[in-house]
Amino acid sequence: MGAAFDTIAFKASLCDGCGDCMTTCSKVKQGASRISIVPGAAEAVFELAICRQCGDPKCAMVCPSGALTKDGGSGVIGWNSDKCIDCLLCTAGCAYGGIAVDQSVSRVAKCDQCDGDPECVKACPTGALEFRKAGSIYKEYGEREDLFVPGLSGCLGCNSELIMRHAMRKIGRNSVLATPPGCIPGMGSVGYNGKTGTKVPVFHPLLTNTASMLAGIRRYYDKIGRKDIVVMALAGDGGTADCGFHAVSGAAERGEKILYVCVDNEGYMNTGMQRSGTTPYGSWTSTTPVGEHMKGKTQDAKNLPMIMAAHKCRYVATASTGYMEDLYEKLDKAIEASFEGFSYLHIYSPCPTGWRIPSSKVIDACRLSVETNFVTLWEYTPQTGIRFTRSPDNALPITAYVKMIGKYRHLSQDQLDHIQTKVDEQVALLRIMAAESPPPPPAHRQPAAPAASPAPAIGGDASQPPVRREISRN
Amino acid sequence: MPEAKYLLVGSSHAALEALRSIRHFDPDGSMAMITRDQQLPYSPTILPYVVSGRSKPEAVLLRDEAFFEANACTFAPNAVATGLDAKTRSVTLASGESWRYERLLIATGAAPAIPPVKGIETVRFHVLRSLDDAQGLRTAMGGARHAVVLGAGLVGLHAAENMAEAGLSVTVVEMQNHVLPGYFDAKASERIESAFIGHGVKLLLGCKVVAVEPRDGGHSCAVHLEDGKVLQADLLLVATGVKPVTDWLAGSGVDLDRGVLVDETMRTTAPDVWAAGDVAQATDFHTGKRALIGIIPTAVDQGRIAGQGMAGDTYQKAYPGGIPVNTYRFFGRVALSIGQAAASDGVEVSEREDGGYRRLVMSDNRLIGYASIDEPFDVGIMGELIRRKVDLSPVMDAFIARPVETGRRLMSEQWR
Ligand SMILES: Cc1cc2nc3c(=O)[nH]c(=O)nc-3n(C[C@H](O)[C@H](O)[C@H](O)COP(=O)(O)OP(=O)(O)OC[C@H]3O[C@@H](n4cnc5c(N)ncnc54)[C@H](O)[C@@H]3O)c2cc1C
Repeated sequence: MGAAFDTIAFKASLCDGCGDCMTTCSKVKQGASRISIVPGAAEAVFELAICRQCGDPKCAMVCPSGALTKDGGSGVIGWNSDKCIDCLLCTAGCAYGGIAVDQSVSRVAKCDQCDGDPECVKACPTGALEFRKAGSIYKEYGEREDLFVPGLSGCLGCNSELIMRHAMRKIGRNSVLATPPGCIPGMGSVGYNGKTGTKVPVFHPLLTNTASMLAGIRRYYDKIGRKDIVVMALAGDGGTADCGFHAVSGAAERGEKILYVCVDNEGYMNTGMQRSGTTPYGSWTSTTPVGEHMKGKTQDAKNLPMIMAAHKCRYVATASTGYMEDLYEKLDKAIEASFEGFSYLHIYSPCPTGWRIPSSKVIDACRLSVETNFVTLWEYTPQTGIRFTRSPDNALPITAYVKMIGKYRHLSQDQLDHIQTKVDEQVALLRIMAAESPPPPPAHRQPAAPAASPAPAIGGDASQPPVRREISRN
Repeated sequence: MPEAKYLLVGSSHAALEALRSIRHFDPDGSMAMITRDQQLPYSPTILPYVVSGRSKPEAVLLRDEAFFEANACTFAPNAVATGLDAKTRSVTLASGESWRYERLLIATGAAPAIPPVKGIETVRFHVLRSLDDAQGLRTAMGGARHAVVLGAGLVGLHAAENMAEAGLSVTVVEMQNHVLPGYFDAKASERIESAFIGHGVKLLLGCKVVAVEPRDGGHSCAVHLEDGKVLQADLLLVATGVKPVTDWLAGSGVDLDRGVLVDETMRTTAPDVWAAGDVAQATDFHTGKRALIGIIPTAVDQGRIAGQGMAGDTYQKAYPGGIPVNTYRFFGRVALSIGQAAASDGVEVSEREDGGYRRLVMSDNRLIGYASIDEPFDVGIMGELIRRKVDLSPVMDAFIARPVETGRRLMSEQWR
């Protein structure tokens, strides 16, 4: 497996140049800040210089003293102060300003990610800096066996495939998997020509009886004393919220010991993108078209995970592939709970084909859905009630999310207002329900708004076009 | 006869980078690195710090045995290449042994150029290119009082500083009118010069040595200058530049000029023979002509491209041309330069002297050179602006006022 590393990510749109990261860094490191925020091409746009911990570090290759080395475990390029002769050649190797002279000591200084807990990130009040731990997850789980065949026929950029492969790597071979009609069997998980598309026992129940069949399987395993098998479904929203709901609800009510994962792509995508009970208001689908009279779906989505919480399941949680750390923690809890009672995990899953989003933007959509509170991340147990795992405070307006998705392209202002109102209502209700739970980590504040009147760009005049275009990449 | 699919001659920056880029593409092909050195790889750039005692010779090695094992590369020290036969694909060593190769990298670097000064062969003098040289100089420094350094380039100045700090009286003789000619303009050089003078080093600039002769039974020597003056030295260091190590390539079929001539993929004129680093005469970014630019960044760039070519990596990129870079420390201070930093004809120059010194050289709204004293900048970023010929007209005022900040901004916009 190739190496993957955790990384400090910079989201320029959230940076308002407050400089807290730099102040904190230079305090912690007692010298010049290793992170540098500089004015960008326009007012209230900021750019960043920091060590990228390159995979192919030229600073290290030009170092004559062997003072710079990339750590194979953390990916951090470490600087050995004893070996360093202060020749500064590394500053000639770096094209990002990631290693620079700290004039207070007249030596080079660079980011070391504070041993895996970067202080700049913690100091960033807007969330523009984020420490992404996906590298650790990849490293840990990338080594594990992929339990699906390599060639699934999902659409380009399919998020459900990502969920399936991740979930099964984590759950492992000791499992029995039901994949009711939907994209997941549709792309080949149940296999072809008498061979399965998985390396675990997999079957294809009806849309309507998934939870019931799983209940029977679990009872059989209980009877023969096999307590170690995860009995589970990877089901779509249609099979869960609509046609299969009576079976899901019944199994939950009876406390059947199964892990039920609903991959919610907000419609019947594999059969031609028809609306489902979880399709949000305003969405274009093939059965809620956009024309002279109709402007997409006219009803609001039902909130299935809240319905499941009302069943007092052993565990209920919502998750998103934009927040893998959160998803992985919840998977762990959900697996464990499935040996005790009904365990329900609802994973929101943007569909590039059915939602009309570029395949490269799926994870962006995941993140924005959460950042706008369109999707909220929480978990429930009967003892603790609902608890947010990510704060819904300081959310972006839903337009930030909706505007990147083709199925909402036609929305009128009224419809947008409607969606915002419903999102706010839902969050308000969840807040009431979560009021007694321990709070999630505090939300970041919104970046300070740019000045209303166009002020001159730093060091130039405001009429300048962004310089980005001028620079050719050769 | 030992043989290797990839044979690398030399064990310094260029060869090490070639090794890395070959292994990137071909993890298995047999490989050997042969070198004149007795030690594991080290950089000549570290030597002034060995001379000063700051770096211990055993602590300057760039790779260990485990590295060569992990990279399936035979490391053969004490192997001096004396001949190449490109037809039979073999390299002969001083020991009489020969190595067969499928693909060869010439990375033998450069060696001190000894000027044709009358009597030079009759006196004992030092040079600084190998660890042995450095240890020899360090020992000699211990017993010497009057040192004369020929040449005020990087090597000469580094050594002069080492010796002055060790308490010797030091005189540097330089033909040009300023130190570090080419890298810095007169104003910048003067700042460096006054630091040396302040530390008691005598600088004889615009001054030529015409003869040397032994004195004191060979324990010291007299250095005769063009103007008739005579300097007495019990330590003579020759640092008048370097020349590529190409003597072993005579008659090999590899075309030579001042160095080994290579194309933009680091190929020589002989089949399956590449060259990289100080030994290679490759394209100069500024003139487009082939020139010698003996610095680590070009050795690394060339080594990577040569390695890609040797391994047949189709993602090989043509060499964009070398850009001179100089990161120089003197008495704890910082002098940096990149590109045509000393140019003054037909270019726009912006100089600033407030505490530090900064000189930006532009042509057609593009940065072509940058030098500074006591005012560090991101050399790599400026190098990218030069290499990519970034049109700075939209940000010119900001760039001139705050080049570091604006440079960072431009590069940040690039990789977002
Ligand atoms: C004192 C000093 C200070 C310097 N400071 C700087 C600086 O600040 N910045 C900078 O960029 N550069 C600096 N340089 C230059 C820099 O060290 C060289 O550009 C760089 O080392 C070139 O690398 P290379 O691999 O091409 O060759 P070299 O480093 O010269 O290595 C050549 C290799 O070939 C081997 N070899 C030579 N002949 C033979 C043979 N016949 N058979 C087998 N092996 C052979 C040698 O043993 C050696 O391993 C400095 C050099 C010196 C001496």
